[in-house]
Amino acid sequence: MIYNIKRDHARFRSIVKGKIKQDLKKYVTHGEMIGRKGKDLVTIPLPQIEIPHFRFGDKEQGGVGQGEGKPGDPVGQGDSEPAEGKAGDQAGNHILEVDLTLQELAEILGEQLALPKIEPRGHKTLKSKTERYTGIANTGPNSLRHYKRTFKETLRRQIATGIYNPENPVIIPTRKDMRYRSWKTDVRHENNAVIIYMMDVSGSMGDEQKEIVRTEAFWIDTWLRSQYKGIETRYIIHDATAREVDEDTFFRTRESGGTLISSAYKLCEKIIETDYPPSDWNIYPFHFSDGDNWSGEDTRLCLEILGKNLLRICNVFCYGQVESRYGSGQFYKDLKEAFGSDHESVILSKIENKEGILQSIKDFLGKGK
Amino acid sequence: MSSTEYISSLLPLELALVRDEIRGYAEGFGLDFFEVIFEMVDHEQINSLAALGGFPVRYPHWRFGMDYDQLSKGYSWGLQKIYEMVINTNPSYAYLMKSNNLVDQKMVIAHVYGHVDFFKNNYWFSQTNRKMLDTMANHAVKIRNAMDRYGQERVENFIDRCLAIENLIDPYLPFSNQKKRESSASSGYRGLGHNDDQDAAAIEPGRIKSERQYMDQYINPPEFIEEQKKKLEQQAKKSKKNPPEPQKDILAYLLENAPLESWERDVLTIIRDESYYFAPQAQTKIMNEGWASYWHSRIMTQKALKDSEVIDFADHHAGTMAMQPGKINPYKVGVELLRDIEERWDRGKFGKEYEDCDDMVAKAKWDRKLGLGRQKIFEVRRVCNDVTFIDEYLTEEFVERFKLYTYAFNRRTNQYEIVDRDFKKVKEKLLFQLTNLGQPFIYVLDGNFQNKGELLLGHKHQGLDLDVRWSRETMRALGDIWKRPVSVETEVDGQKKLFSYQNGEFSEKFL
Repeated sequence: MIYNIKRDHARFRSIVKGKIKQDLKKYVTHGEMIGRKGKDLVTIPLPQIEIPHFRFGDKEQGGVGQGEGKPGDPVGQGDSEPAEGKAGDQAGNHILEVDLTLQELAEILGEQLALPKIEPRGHKTLKSKTERYTGIANTGPNSLRHYKRTFKETLRRQIATGIYNPENPVIIPTRKDMRYRSWKTDVRHENNAVIIYMMDVSGSMGDEQKEIVRTEAFWIDTWLRSQYKGIETRYIIHDATAREVDEDTFFRTRESGGTLISSAYKLCEKIIETDYPPSDWNIYPFHFSDGDNWSGEDTRLCLEILGKNLLRICNVFCYGQVESRYGSGQFYKDLKEAFGSDHESVILSKIENKEGILQSIKDFLGKGK
Repeated sequence: MSSTEYISSLLPLELALVRDEIRGYAEGFGLDFFEVIFEMVDHEQINSLAALGGFPVRYPHWRFGMDYDQLSKGYSWGLQKIYEMVINTNPSYAYLMKSNNLVDQKMVIAHVYGHVDFFKNNYWFSQTNRKMLDTMANHAVKIRNAMDRYGQERVENFIDRCLAIENLIDPYLPFSNQKKRESSASSGYRGLGHNDDQDAAAIEPGRIKSERQYMDQYINPPEFIEEQKKKLEQQAKKSKKNPPEPQKDILAYLLENAPLESWERDVLTIIRDESYYFAPQAQTKIMNEGWASYWHSRIMTQKALKDSEVIDFADHHAGTMAMQPGKINPYKVGVELLRDIEERWDRGKFGKEYEDCDDMVAKAKWDRKLGLGRQKIFEVRRVCNDVTFIDEYLTEEFVERFKLYTYAFNRRTNQYEIVDRDFKKVKEKLLFQLTNLGQPFIYVLDGNFQNKGELLLGHKHQGLDLDVRWSRETMRALGDIWKRPVSVETEVDGQKKLFSYQNGEFSEKFL
């Protein structure tokens, strides 16, 4: 009865992906739907295309609200979505607050970006067994007795043998009628993984660049966590020297001074060596920088460390270059030159601005490694 | 009427009985509605329908897909859910979600009867097309045919352009008098080859009516009439301007004057028709939702609700009525204002005597036991739209009781802040947001601007500047339709400015 909306939907998605009607691309906004993860709010990406109209400037408008407060007090959010309220013929929406689990978030992300499941490297998998009740057996301990099935079985036998009397429906199970729950053992492959984040915190990385790295790191974390059971994260910051820090420091620190990328790679190498034997761990180093390195000499050193050691022991090495006003972006070119854009364990991505984050995550995780 | 007479086969028996029961209550309260056909749908279907504005058949367009995307994501992640949807047609169609529990269905059915009563009786719906279901389906066929012939992309691109200006209509046009409507619809847009003689014949100076014919030559002296006639003719010659006066229905103006191919004309006509169809719903959002909520709560709490359902009903009703900071919930404001009116007219709290009373205690206790409340709200539902509703019935006491305030963006602190709780300011702001649906007033001023066939629009500035970026994009769409340069006269930071668009280039200058 309903006109096939799927076609409109497919068309919309092709426009968002930029496959058709390029002129609409500039109207695409990356809206968000708000969900919750624990006590934190998280957002589900929701691309939209806004059709232009004559309208007033957003901030000009203001409006009327309801509630407590005196003049000068901030209003919650002026332009958040209304909980209710389209016109009479239309939908009355009811917004519920839900707890999204990390797993669900990862699913949303995976679906949004069409991410492939990660194939862990075979020899690193550990087996673990879990038991699941899936069937019915004729024998078993009393604690697993399946009352309903037992009753049915007895009833069937009694009717078949003519003992059953509807006037006096007494059911007496015999030993043969007894049914029990039975279980199956699932063998699960468990994998351990470590993510090592490295970030350039030299003077040229500003707050906006860090915000991009932080957002990206959150989603990468979420996705990898959905793929591996035990996951560890380590954080390295570097300017001319590198040091390991905790998560909070990682995102907040702002240093100044020069940049020696090799210092971070060396530290990364050392961490792996001491804590994460490659035979037991899936290793994911991520490096974010604005692409400035101190000298060509140091770049050569970096390439050497990567080529000789890191690339052999990592699942994949990811380098994300965040656009900044001061960065030259040279390092991306150097890596590209050295490894090409199709190297099987090096992934390079440029992140121009916040809108580029999704694409970059797809670059990193889209290969399923 | 027995339940077999209307289409009960669509509903399971249990729900059909519930519907009949609630229909009976609604009729008992004096609601007067079109026949309502309820259909059971699953979430997939209701999301599709909602994306299509309630109509099962619409023309192909990506924005329906976009709305669907949003609705189905919201549903599948448990963030939102559509409870009710009803279409303003005769008979009306309403959709019930299969997965809702019985008390929700009851509430929705009661709510729907409220809406349909409103559709049928409110003045602002008196001109809408009640066969819109068929019309929409016809539109779909027309546009699909055009797509088959000229290519999907080409037609869709043109639709995109038209949608950018779909709001540039005059919602009051269907209610203006015959003469204005005609002049706006056709002869008002004098094309270049228009025959002037016909117009001259139509010019007739106004005469003062008189019962007694023998007095006519004294009341309307022939010399004077002659003189007036000449004046009017001269005026008519002078006003070769097209349009003769600023015109708000820009879509109609384009239909008459823009160089459109016939399929483009069809598309623009379709967009305009659908825009006019949806306009009254936007104009009466507060009233319509308020009215439906008033009746669902009355019917449920006084008649239909069983003891075991009270909690679920209260929970759901409260969810519908919830207010968010910085937003007016039309359901809540509408229903409360209607209840306020009912109480005031029940107790006679209106008129000169009440207004002039200075004694606050006496005012608070005021009760003339008139019992006119019910009658009054039925009158309000017949004549008001949101603007007149708020203008006429929002009182100082109400604003105070519901803690309404105005807010604005503070550039210094970079956040929205409460500005004022003054009754006049709140009312003014609310009216401003409702007038012209809170959108800028844009008119066609001249279709032959600078004598070069360019289009000149004017923005009637009322204190708020246009958003420059979006205005430009809209002008780009207009330029594609008009196929000549397009300009908009407006004000920015208190200075008159002219924005122009020509062949992909924007320019602006001070006037």
